[in-house]
Amino acid sequence: MYVADSRGGAGTEVRDASRPGPRATAVAPTVLVLGTVSLITDVSSEMVTAVLPLYLVAGLGLSPLGFGLLDGVYNGFSALVRLVGGHLADRGGGRHKAVAAVGYGLSAVCKPALLLVHSLPLIGAVLAVDRTGKGLRTAPRDALISLSSAPETRGRAFGVHRAMDTAGALLGPLVAFLILRQAAEGYDAVFTVSSCVAALGVLVLLLFVPGGRGGVPAPASGVPASADPPRPTLRASLALLRRRDVRRLTVCATLLGLSTVSDSFVYLLLQHRLGVPDRWFALLPLGTAAAFLLLAMPLGRLADRMGRWRMFLAGHVALLAAYGLLLAHGPAYAVLLLHGAFYAATDGVLMAAASTAVPDELRGAGLALVQTGQATARFAASLAFGAAWTAWGDRTALTTAALALTVCAVCAVYLRPAPSK
Amino acid sequence: MNTRSRLFVLLAAVAALAAVAAVSVLRAADRAAEKDRPQAGGPAVTAGAVTLAPDAPRMVFRNMAWGPHRDELATVPAGSPEAARTASDVRCLRFYAAAGTGICLQSVKGAVQDTYRAVVLDARLRELRHFPLAGIPTRARVSPSGRMVAWTVFVGGDSYAGTNFSTRTSVLDTRTWALVANLEDFRITREGRPYHAADVNFWGVTFSDDTHFYATLGTGGRTYLVRGDVAARSVRTLRSNVECPSLSPDGTRLVFKKRVEGLSPDAPWRLYVLDLATMRETPLAERRSVDDQVVWRDDHTVVYALAGDFGADLWTVPADGTGSARRMMTAALAPAYLG
Repeated sequence: MYVADSRGGAGTEVRDASRPGPRATAVAPTVLVLGTVSLITDVSSEMVTAVLPLYLVAGLGLSPLGFGLLDGVYNGFSALVRLVGGHLADRGGGRHKAVAAVGYGLSAVCKPALLLVHSLPLIGAVLAVDRTGKGLRTAPRDALISLSSAPETRGRAFGVHRAMDTAGALLGPLVAFLILRQAAEGYDAVFTVSSCVAALGVLVLLLFVPGGRGGVPAPASGVPASADPPRPTLRASLALLRRRDVRRLTVCATLLGLSTVSDSFVYLLLQHRLGVPDRWFALLPLGTAAAFLLLAMPLGRLADRMGRWRMFLAGHVALLAAYGLLLAHGPAYAVLLLHGAFYAATDGVLMAAASTAVPDELRGAGLALVQTGQATARFAASLAFGAAWTAWGDRTALTTAALALTVCAVCAVYLRPAPSK
Repeated sequence: MNTRSRLFVLLAAVAALAAVAAVSVLRAADRAAEKDRPQAGGPAVTAGAVTLAPDAPRMVFRNMAWGPHRDELATVPAGSPEAARTASDVRCLRFYAAAGTGICLQSVKGAVQDTYRAVVLDARLRELRHFPLAGIPTRARVSPSGRMVAWTVFVGGDSYAGTNFSTRTSVLDTRTWALVANLEDFRITREGRPYHAADVNFWGVTFSDDTHFYATLGTGGRTYLVRGDVAARSVRTLRSNVECPSLSPDGTRLVFKKRVEGLSPDAPWRLYVLDLATMRETPLAERRSVDDQVVWRDDHTVVYALAGDFGADLWTVPADGTGSARRMMTAALAPAYLG
């Protein structure tokens, strides 16, 4: 049920005999399983995230201010972990499942660990390991999604996965709330249930995602060994950047990432500029998530038809429109809708676009490269935006970001990585 | 493994994990129920009238002793903290009061999530007005005249594994009901120069009168003591590394928590007193890390909370660096001295 992309010539595809025809409408079972794993894992993670502030302040009596100071340092490390995850997954001809399982497993063991640690530095350390697991699993998981979907339906496959993932993120806080309703101050129960849910996620991955060479086509099949060594080296992974399409895609994603205002700033701006009342503040991320959830699949599908790169750019136009509304004091719900649409049109779609440019045997490393470029750029943008806000105030900072986004989008159009999808 | 055996393994695992999850929730629910029954040897608490009127020296606080009155505002005579407690039916997470005005930060149960609100109380603990809060309550203060009220809440943890927290501090005039929803809208002068930044946070207001106050400003990884003016909507920094200041009744000194170099990051704070005339700091005799905004019992003694068997105990220490810390009462939080 999986597909091997063309590696040699343009447009010729090496197809697995068991694969359904090109017009097949069903999403590959592996994608649904990975979506389920992500959904379950996000329920588990977001349960913890939702109660963490209350646990720290009310449960442990701590002042968590400045808790995130190391986020900056950690972001760099996380980028490195992602690259390592992608590269390791490619070695040995498709260890994607194994590396993803290690990533999910690492995050899963962090949940019971929260029962044992009671101080800010240790809780911070546990969360850092949790995020290392997330960094490690992202690229191999996305590689598995792309490798198990027909090239012409990848946008939709990623859309389905992202929608399931977001659904989990929305359900998690609800589950945590229900537990605390049954057991006041039962933070340990929340962590225990979260551990069980996380373990279930890992189990579903181990049981139902085809593994090793069974899950992903062996790299050597039908391809000259000289062109594609069975164990991709680090050098081969880095050499991906010598491919025009990969280089342009990475450069464009990075450029656009540089002009993306981070989520927390978007919510701060909503409050500062549009006067969203305090009581709604905690619900703002839910607005973005809901729009993301609803639009991920339709936009992914549309991306398959109109071209993923175009959809990726259109997503940034939506973001630009959101900036415009923030500057023009437009309605807050429209900002959130556009913000969610931005994610729906870019997050999975970029992976679908990158999958076309990267050969199968380097899929993990290739996707990790594009993601890392984008994430690193976004982090730099976040620092720059904070500095601009400090120096000039929010209005000028946002205007600058909007101009930068316009310039980057025009550059990206000009650099257009691939003429086709 | 074929599909059938995979499904069998999955079902078995789901059953086992569900059992573990259910047991943990039930045990936590039992524990929660136990806290509603009085604990042997705990302080005696009876229901009764609690007043904030200045007719006799008394202390009003959040009672944390297990039993039906847990988390309710309770009172004891100021001179005998170990006396039997009289509890109202008003539940608060944080509380403060002065001159007949009370501020109670409480949680409100909701259908899909709990919310928080600030309730302004009159001297008989009747609600005058309430205001929705954006996060988890942490500090509350009332000006000496009872007119101005301030509170701080924690906001944050809203993204995947989000670890960035921020505070939101509001100031309310109970005569005009004019609300400064976010102190971050005030003009900031830092070390003599105008300052604005996205990472500005304020917390721990203490009033000197109905216009002026002191508070903590956090930005760029540092904290500052600020003096603020509600009428001019401005604050300016006075010195750095000061958190949760609390002004003495005579208005001459601040006791605050200071982040001391070389201490464990779990317990980084020590209590200090700052003489506002000389700007000299003196460490207090409490040697443990205190994460609270202290309350002045009189011009010589401060009261603060430390973790205890029932959540928190109240301790006292002289405000001049002499003497030693003493436990004043168990199972109590957020005291206010009245009368």
